[in-house]
Amino acid sequence: MTHLPLFALFQVADPQLPPTEGIFLIGTVVKMFIVFSVYMVGVAMLTLAERKISAWIQDRHGPNRVGYGWLQPAADGLKNIMKEETYPDSANLPLFILAPAISFIPAMITWAVIPFASPLPTPWGRIDMVVADLPVGFLFCLAISSLGVYGIVLAGWSSNNKYALLGGLRSSAQMISYEIAMGMSTVCVLLLSGNVSLSTIIQQQATMGWNVLLLSIAFFIFLVSSFAETNRLPFDLPEAESELVAGYHTEYSAMKFSFFFIAEYANMVTASALITSLFFGGWDIPFTQWDNLPPFTVLKTVLTLGVFLTKVLFFLFFFMWIRWTVPRFRYDQLMSLGWKVMLPLALAYITIIATVVLVLDRAGVARGPVYGAILFGMNVVLAVLLFVVLDRGRIVSPAYSRLDREEVARLRDMSVRNPALTEKKA
Amino acid sequence: MGNEFFSLLYSFHFYLFGLIAVAAAIAFVTRKSPVAAAMWLVVTMFCLAALYVMMDAQFIGVMQVLVYAGAIMVVFVFVVMLLNLGHPSELSDISGKWGRLFAGFLGLALVAEILTLTRSPMDLRLVVPTIPVTVTSTGGIIGGVSGPLFREYLLAFELTSVLLLIAIVGAVVLGRKRSAS
Repeated sequence: MTHLPLFALFQVADPQLPPTEGIFLIGTVVKMFIVFSVYMVGVAMLTLAERKISAWIQDRHGPNRVGYGWLQPAADGLKNIMKEETYPDSANLPLFILAPAISFIPAMITWAVIPFASPLPTPWGRIDMVVADLPVGFLFCLAISSLGVYGIVLAGWSSNNKYALLGGLRSSAQMISYEIAMGMSTVCVLLLSGNVSLSTIIQQQATMGWNVLLLSIAFFIFLVSSFAETNRLPFDLPEAESELVAGYHTEYSAMKFSFFFIAEYANMVTASALITSLFFGGWDIPFTQWDNLPPFTVLKTVLTLGVFLTKVLFFLFFFMWIRWTVPRFRYDQLMSLGWKVMLPLALAYITIIATVVLVLDRAGVARGPVYGAILFGMNVVLAVLLFVVLDRGRIVSPAYSRLDREEVARLRDMSVRNPALTEKKA
Repeated sequence: MGNEFFSLLYSFHFYLFGLIAVAAAIAFVTRKSPVAAAMWLVVTMFCLAALYVMMDAQFIGVMQVLVYAGAIMVVFVFVVMLLNLGHPSELSDISGKWGRLFAGFLGLALVAEILTLTRSPMDLRLVVPTIPVTVTSTGGIIGGVSGPLFREYLLAFELTSVLLLIAIVGAVVLGRKRSAS
C-alpha cells in the first residue's frame, strides 16, 4: 500500500499516521469524485429522459436533432452558459445570486450517506460503498433536505416580484406541511430497524424482507410526501405556470435558471435513492442472501450497484410518469391532503406498527422472515381498508363513479345558491 | 492513531466554525433587513451544529439543523415574508439616545458577566443525574439519548410535551378573534 503516491504525502504530513487512515482519506476522496461526476452526468441525462418520456407518453418524438437527441443536454448547457443574465432592478442581489446554489447543494450533499453497493474488497482492505457512513445517516438526510426550501423561498423573496414571492410562500408552507408527514412515515422504518444508520436499515430489510411489503402505508405516505418535497407534479404549486407565470424562478435567466432546473432533478434523484434505501432494500438483491454475506467480491459489488441503480432509475421514471399523468392539485386541496389525511394517517400507522412490534416481540417471534410475513399479512389488510376509505366507493376513477344522493343534493344546493348570491350583488 | 494530524484537523475546524458562528451572529444582530438577519441566524445554527458534531454529539448536531435551521427558521422566514415589514430603516427596537445608552450598558454588563464566569474557579460542569442511567449499546448513536429519555426521565419528558401542547392551545386561544365567540 505504501506505493500509493498520495499516501506518501500523508506520511510526510504525519509519520505516525497508520496506513488505514490514509486509505480511508484517499478512498473517500475517490468516492466523492466518482459519485459527484456520475451524479452530475446523471442529472443532465435526466433532463433528456424527462423530455423523451413526456414525448413518449404524449405520442410525440421529443428532442431528436442534436446527435439524434443524445447531445441535447450538452446543447442546453452550452446555451444556458452563453445566454445573457438579467438582474431585476429592485432585487436583493446577494440573496438573488445565492438562492440557486442553496437550492442545489443540499440535494447533492444528501447523497454522501446513501450506501449504493455492497463493500468492495481491495488490496488495501474492505471499502464501504458509501461516501460517509454516518451513524446518524438517515437523520442527516432529513436535516439536509429540510434546508433545500431556503433556495426556493429566498429566490421568491429576493426577486421582488409578486409571482415569485407567492411561489416562495407556497413552497415554504408546502414543504413544512409534508416534511411532517414524511418524518412521521419514517418513524415506522426506525421502529423496525432500531437504528437510524442507513446501512443498518438496509441490513434489516435483507433479513426481514423489504419495508415496502412490511410497511406499505408508510411507503405510500413517504412517496406522496416526496413528490411534495421535490415540488414535482401533482404538487408543483411553487411554480404553477398557469397561475404564477413561473413561480419562484420567474426572474431568473440563463445558468441561474438552469440551476433551479438541475436542483429539481437532483432532488428527484435523492428522493428516489431514499425511497430505495428505506423501502426497497437499497442495494439488496431480492430472493437471495448471497449478496449480503461475506466474503465480499468485486462481482457482488458490481451486481448490487446494478440492482441499486435499477431501483433508483425505476423511481425516477415513476416521478416522470406521474408528472405527465396526474393534473395539478389546487392549493387548498394540497394543504388539506397534507394536514388532514397524510398526518393523521401516519400517526395512526405508527401506533398500529408499534403495537404489532410490541406484541410480536413479547410473543418471542424472532426478527426474520416469519416476522416479516406476519407484518406483510397485516399490511395487506390495512392497505385494502385504506383503499376503500380513500376511494369512497368510486373504484379509482371519479369519472365512472356513482354519485350518492347526498352529493347530488349538495351539488344542486350549490347551483341553486349561486344565482341567489349574484342577485344580491346586483 | 495519528493523533497529532487529527488534533490539528480538529482545532482547525473548531476555530473555523467558531469564527463563522461568531461573525454570523454579529451580522444577525446588525442587519436591518429581517430576511437577511434570519439567514445569518441560520448560518449560526449550522456552525453550532458543526461544533456539536465535532464533540461527537452527532445526534444533537443533526437535531440542531433539522429543528432550528430546517423548521423553526423556515416558519420564521415565512412569517417575515408574509407580514412584509415595511422599510427596514424604520424598524428599530432601540430608539433614542437614552435607549441606546441603556442597551450599550446592558451589553457591556453581559460581556463582563461572561468574562467573570470564565475566570471563576466554580465547577461549571453539568450536575450528574442522581438516578442511575442505563446507556444501551443497541440502537447505535440514538440509543445513548433515547434510553435514558424514555426510561428514567419518561415522566418529565411526557410532562414537557404536555406543556408544549398547553402553549400551543394557549397561542390559538389568544390569537383567535374575539368576535368569533
